[in-house]
Amino acid sequence: MSVRSKVIEAIQRIAKEQHVTLPALSDDLSLHETGFDSLAFAILVARLEDETGVDPFTISEDAAFPATVGDFVRAYENVPA
Amino acid sequence: MSPREIFALRDYLSPELEGRTISDAHHVVSLTDVLGHTVLGGRLRELAGRSVLLKLSDQLKSGLAMIELDGVVRRMLLCPPDLNPDHLDALIADAEIDAVVSDEPAQWAAKAVALVVAAQLPLQATASAKTERATEWLMLTSGTSGVPKIAGHTLEALTGAIVAEGPARGPAPVWATFYDIRRYGGLQIFLRAVLSGGSMVLSDPHEALGDHVARLNARGVTHISGTPSHWRKLLMSGSAAQFAPGYVRLSGEIADQAVLDGLKVAFPNSSVGHAYASTEAGVGFAVNDGLEGFPANYLGNRNGVEMKVVDGSLRIRSTRTARAYIGRNAAALTDDDGFVDSGDIVELRGDRYYFVGRRGGIINIGGLKVHPEEIEAVINRHANVRMSRAKSRRSPITGGIVVADVILADGTDQARAKEIRDQILDQCRAQLASHKVPAVIRFVEALDVTPAGKLARTDA
Repeated sequence: MSVRSKVIEAIQRIAKEQHVTLPALSDDLSLHETGFDSLAFAILVARLEDETGVDPFTISEDAAFPATVGDFVRAYENVPA
Repeated sequence: MSPREIFALRDYLSPELEGRTISDAHHVVSLTDVLGHTVLGGRLRELAGRSVLLKLSDQLKSGLAMIELDGVVRRMLLCPPDLNPDHLDALIADAEIDAVVSDEPAQWAAKAVALVVAAQLPLQATASAKTERATEWLMLTSGTSGVPKIAGHTLEALTGAIVAEGPARGPAPVWATFYDIRRYGGLQIFLRAVLSGGSMVLSDPHEALGDHVARLNARGVTHISGTPSHWRKLLMSGSAAQFAPGYVRLSGEIADQAVLDGLKVAFPNSSVGHAYASTEAGVGFAVNDGLEGFPANYLGNRNGVEMKVVDGSLRIRSTRTARAYIGRNAAALTDDDGFVDSGDIVELRGDRYYFVGRRGGIINIGGLKVHPEEIEAVINRHANVRMSRAKSRRSPITGGIVVADVILADGTDQARAKEIRDQILDQCRAQLASHKVPAVIRFVEALDVTPAGKLARTDA
């Protein structure tokens, strides 16, 4: 499974658990517009760390938290191996 | 005015009661004629009036030494097996120790202790001793780090709950415990065995659980106690099926409904009760209605034990609490009114109080306080869960999130793991605030249990 589909699947699973109705997940959708609160994002980052072995937001201290869904996915795609 | 009569352990060991024993995995010692024997090589007189550190490699010699020393020495400090040797010097100074009972006397050659007495088996015949004073019993608290505190007790305080219950009906019980008898929970059981006219079967940390249960059966154990973690381990082991004690007791940790129900199913003909006790607060109460928590009307004064709730924490005043912390810079054990603050947080729901966790065990989730025990209790309610541990994990978003490690019950189909995880999460969402719902649930084979029998909470 590609990194992108792993991330999208995790977002959809957590949305279902948290009873959040997601809009269509396009790359330029702002994370704010997903309807996720900070707890939902915290769950997402923790689950993805378990699944992929990385947490791109803790690796580098000055990593800015992404603004859009596309930025978020790329943060996982661009992790150095 | 005549002085009040002083009882020591020897005064409960009448040679008229035949067939009483204390045993471990290797030895069986008669309690019937124990008073005519010595584990101290006949050197009890040298120890009279001294402050004795009791540091032995096994529980059997420890128990026999307690019987011999009580009522003769000024104080005895019980060292549990997991005591960090780096703390010995501080404990020796604080407890004014001037003698040691050890089964490795050579190790004490370099220490500045005036007298070292070797303990050894087999017992040797000796003239029986007489009770001459009320010995102070010093026990160590089971805190996680730093030098443990020394809680000073009298035998009268330690046995207050046992005496209050009165003699057991029917044949003399055979007691066992998963605890070590050098800790409060285990000592209570050892004292019950001595005072009740019964026998005692000790645990052995090196013995496999199945062998331990076989030994409990072989010795005819009728009454047995342990922490909820001990009991969950037994329920998971598959060894419970061969065992049918009359009385099953839990203490030392929160007994949630899941473990109480699990024991009732495993031991349909046993009474299952949970007791509230701590090294400092002594034995508070026992609950025998099969339900978690305790009735709200236990607060106030009940059988000489007074309880109140201050800032959510249970406070206890009774003649069974420790007398004081011992040592030069020891903190006060009680508040100004003589109540011990247990640090155990309770919550009133309906007409019952429920334990939600330890004040010191709170984890911080995005600035909100969470008791891991409260989350575990909800997870443990799932029929396929045997045991769980909730803890915090750092999060770049909220600072911390709740994660849970879960052990599935025996025989659970691993293919159902995903389905079970979703059910657990649904259960948590229905019963807990959203920040308390685990973000991640991991299924694990085992969870660490401390030497004191409690779920290890290294991050708490």
